[in-house]
Amino acid sequence: MWFGQKMIALYLCNHNKINHIMSGILSSSIGRKFAMAISALFLMIFLLQHFAINILSVFSPDTFNEVSHFMGTFWVIQYALQPVLIFGVVFHFVMGFVLEIKNTKARQIKYAVNNGGANSSWMSRNMIWSGLTILAFMLLHFYDFWVPEITIKFIDGDMSGLIDPNNSESGFRYLEHLQHKFVDIWRVALYVISFVFLALHLLHGFESAFQSVGANNKYTKGLKNFSKIYAIGIPAGFIFIALFHHLNQIL
Amino acid sequence: MNLTLKIWRQKNANDKGKMVDYQISDVSPDMSFLEMLDVLNNQLIEKGDSPVAFDHDCREGICGMCSLYINGEAHGPDRRVTTCQLHMRMFKDGDTIHIEPFRAKAFPIIKDLVVDRSAFDRVQHAGGFISVNTSGNTQDANSIPISKHAADKAMDAATCIGCGACVASCKNSSAMLFVSAKVSQYALLPQGQVEATDRVLNMVQQMDDEGFGNCTNTGACEVECPKGISLENIARMNREYLSASFKG
Amino acid sequence: MALDSKIPQGPLVDKWTKHKNNINLVNPANKRLIDVIVVGTGLAGGSAAATLAELGYNVKAFCFQDSPRRAHSIAAQGGINAAKNYQGDGDSTYRLFYDTVKGGDYRSREANVYRLAEVSANIIDQCVAQGVPFARDYGGLLDNRSFGGVLVSRTFYAKGQTGQQLLLGAYSAMNRQIGRGKIKMYNRHEMLDVVIVDGKARGIIARNLVTGEIERHSAHAVVLGTGGYGNVFFLSTNAMGSNVTAAWRAHKRGAYFANPCYTQIHPTCIPVSGDHQSKLTLMSESLRNDGRIWVPKHKKDVDAIRSGKLKPTQLAEDDRDYYLERRYPAFGNLVPRDVASRAAKERCDAGFGVNATGEAVYLDFAAAIIRYGKEKAHVKGLNENDDALVKELGKEVVKAKYGNLFQMYEKIVDENPYETPMMIFPAVHYTMGGIWVDYNLQTTIPGLYAIGEANFSDHGSNRLGASALMQGLADGYFVLPYTIGDYLSKDIRTGAISTDSPEFEEAEKNAVENINHLINNKGTKSVDSFHRRLGKIMWNKCGMSRNEKELKEAVEEISALRKEFYKDVLVPGTADEFNEQLAKAGRVADFLELGELFAKDALLREESAGGHFREEHQTPEGEAKRRTEFQFVSAWEYKGEPKDALLHKEPLVYENIEVKERSYK
Repeated sequence: MWFGQKMIALYLCNHNKINHIMSGILSSSIGRKFAMAISALFLMIFLLQHFAINILSVFSPDTFNEVSHFMGTFWVIQYALQPVLIFGVVFHFVMGFVLEIKNTKARQIKYAVNNGGANSSWMSRNMIWSGLTILAFMLLHFYDFWVPEITIKFIDGDMSGLIDPNNSESGFRYLEHLQHKFVDIWRVALYVISFVFLALHLLHGFESAFQSVGANNKYTKGLKNFSKIYAIGIPAGFIFIALFHHLNQIL
Repeated sequence: MNLTLKIWRQKNANDKGKMVDYQISDVSPDMSFLEMLDVLNNQLIEKGDSPVAFDHDCREGICGMCSLYINGEAHGPDRRVTTCQLHMRMFKDGDTIHIEPFRAKAFPIIKDLVVDRSAFDRVQHAGGFISVNTSGNTQDANSIPISKHAADKAMDAATCIGCGACVASCKNSSAMLFVSAKVSQYALLPQGQVEATDRVLNMVQQMDDEGFGNCTNTGACEVECPKGISLENIARMNREYLSASFKG
Repeated sequence: MALDSKIPQGPLVDKWTKHKNNINLVNPANKRLIDVIVVGTGLAGGSAAATLAELGYNVKAFCFQDSPRRAHSIAAQGGINAAKNYQGDGDSTYRLFYDTVKGGDYRSREANVYRLAEVSANIIDQCVAQGVPFARDYGGLLDNRSFGGVLVSRTFYAKGQTGQQLLLGAYSAMNRQIGRGKIKMYNRHEMLDVVIVDGKARGIIARNLVTGEIERHSAHAVVLGTGGYGNVFFLSTNAMGSNVTAAWRAHKRGAYFANPCYTQIHPTCIPVSGDHQSKLTLMSESLRNDGRIWVPKHKKDVDAIRSGKLKPTQLAEDDRDYYLERRYPAFGNLVPRDVASRAAKERCDAGFGVNATGEAVYLDFAAAIIRYGKEKAHVKGLNENDDALVKELGKEVVKAKYGNLFQMYEKIVDENPYETPMMIFPAVHYTMGGIWVDYNLQTTIPGLYAIGEANFSDHGSNRLGASALMQGLADGYFVLPYTIGDYLSKDIRTGAISTDSPEFEEAEKNAVENINHLINNKGTKSVDSFHRRLGKIMWNKCGMSRNEKELKEAVEEISALRKEFYKDVLVPGTADEFNEQLAKAGRVADFLELGELFAKDALLREESAGGHFREEHQTPEGEAKRRTEFQFVSAWEYKGEPKDALLHKEPLVYENIEVKERSYK
């Protein structure tokens, strides 16, 4: 009995401490940038995973379908990881706006002449704009893929993943859906532009996240090179996938 | 050289302020930027106008008093110099030069190009020290060997002159480079370890309270810093701060 | 009033210890009832303010800069001396004492200098404990370098920014006390007067430089750590704002001014480039560790160099005159500053100056680069005979030692000192003279103290390199906090000092009248134009060498210039705003009075000693010739006009050191 009380007390105490740390962190400038960096690192891992699956659509359509089905129906991913992802995305965006507003307020009268290009990259100074472009893209992307998925699975109640739920021979619908979306040239164009902005965002964001969590040491140079590969490679890969499916269908 | 100057004039903290044009002739390329302003001021005084107020003192790049945002850059277009070390040979005959004060909410303008940087002092009051009394009985200086590497790195951080160019150049008006230089100096030395946790928490808290913006790692501060203080210091302060937060 | 230096009795080595044991202390509870004003926040003022606050006194600190960290101590480059003997090269407290007295040409006060040498080691310990990042060797222990006028390596340094690091150390100690509320800091404030109540210093009148407001501040004692007056020469290595105002106004209230003519002209500064010049930049004396000073041997080469037909690097070794090495083989390039400066002037006056104005000599690092390069190549096992490689390696070493100075030089002169020798010329740097103080650092006004460069006591007629930082910190950290306690112990029952007394009233009225006079004068000439003219008179007639005729002319000219100033100066703007010209006008007005006293003092001193060189008194080889009858401190009492100042003499007694011809041959 006594032991139980002690444990509860200890839990509450630690709980308070954790709360205290978290609220403390988000109320400080370094804490906010740390949180921004952690959410960014998480999103970059997600992006890599997303890319790995999508590229399968080019090389192995069957595997793509199978993996897509697994991702779309496995409960851990749907009910545990998907909410975390959504939280991560929303957090990153909201925090990005909060920082932008705070930072704008920190200088009330702007310079008449400011030569930002002399001391910093365009990407680093325009994260809000590349970010907003990505946000706009995500709305389109959700409308294209996520909304239909959710509608089919949770409104229509069709968890089969088949093109024709009544015909088990009809095959998975995922690749077909993907290809269908890349018929329109304007959509492909929007995707390509968005990926360019994603690359710009990542070009600063990747290495910046490491700096924010305090990693700046002898590995930094290597990390910077890797960050360029990632920041250009992943969006370029997505562009390749979009163009591949588009060209495949019109040629 | 003949130049056109566009200078921010503001009578006092409450005045709205505006850019005013001035012509100046016979500028020698060997003059420092501030000497060029001296010449302008002498002309203004003799004409009965009010001279342009700007901060300056040592005129050899170490006191950190001079500021000025020249053609869109803190301390002007040259690297690793303060405004007093910027020479007119960096400019061409016929150039137009924009001169503005360092701008940030945390650096309110006092007059013309003079700003109040006491926010930096208050950040230092919050923890920019090692608590050791002057007794004459501290241990012998050589009883704490410090590796040359650590001593040199601490020295690199300690060369900060507190001019505020980092804040002025930062698109977010963040003071991270300044604060991290002090935190780093002590974090790198054994003498600074005892108070490390409180120091970083208190200094960052004060920095935030002063209304500086949030760092987004653009790196502008490092480029514009007249003493070349490295971004490594900011990363170190992030580490120090995070581990201090989790220690509670 | 007879001068009483209050030097304790007993043997030299025991004086300070015994004195500390005999003085009265103030108990901690009573310290809380006592206020102390510290004016100036450089090494002396900053360290004093921090220490007094640590002890428990309520300190009010004032500086005219926007932060205490910007005081001009920050610009000291080379280092700080301390008798630590870490190098095992025979250093000791006595040797530091001896070097300092000899370097000061036997014109400093023995007991003060010994105390300075005694506490010097504590300074290093204290600063290391504060986190000052002194240079270290690979074993992690503190490194040393050599400075002029000594034969040991006792100078501690932090790259070429030692003053900065020490000042930031003192500033950090102040910050701790400001954070605790024990120091109330007044930035951008200028002291305009000392207020004397019942014969004791009880406060100051200060002007808030932002709002123009005149403020009264009271305290039980006032400490001046307001630096030197080198800016009386207009061009000097001092900061633009460095001034004599606080010291001079104290002088006008009864503090004697000692040895005003003792000025240090530093041999290695960047030469003047034109009339627009606002200040001169020092190149640290530490450069003379490795740099060799020379001019061409033959006039024809001088002409070729001046006209640009010949590069200095092309001149053969045999055609160069390493005049310091020639004249002073024992100390070579590391002779004391006064000697090095005069030697440079002698060569330039003889027509061997190497720049267009004929006022520059070379400081050459080529030999050092080769020497270090060979050493490095040897260590790395590389080819020592590969000239290009050796040069590259040598440059790296020189860069590590003096990089920031070389960069500074290149930015100003637009020449690369790694490739071509630097051009240097002497410039006004430091003033050994200052407010007269006794052994307790108290001036002739009870309760008014002067520390650091503001006082006169420790450097005689010439200061050795790296000793100014030592003295500033010794005074502020380790001397004043003891001696002021003795005085304050009588004030524990006094209670807070009112600022409503007639004395404050009078002082404030006086300050306001002065300001109004300047503002309302509406003349035709700018403040700077007067300052420049004063500087010209000072440099030409009271500079590196002086003679009776010119000094007499200087007295007359300065006096006339002062009259013209009050008649024709133009100060724009108003008194109740941020007005730099107004602040400057007040400072120049004081320089115009001090300058005259300076010339008068130089005229009186019919001998050559250290930085004071009277052409009438030199040896056949042109060295300074001291005269026994001038073995005294001249302390001047204010009597209205500078010309009426009354001389008091404090005889200098040397019991522990033999007064002899100062030789660096």
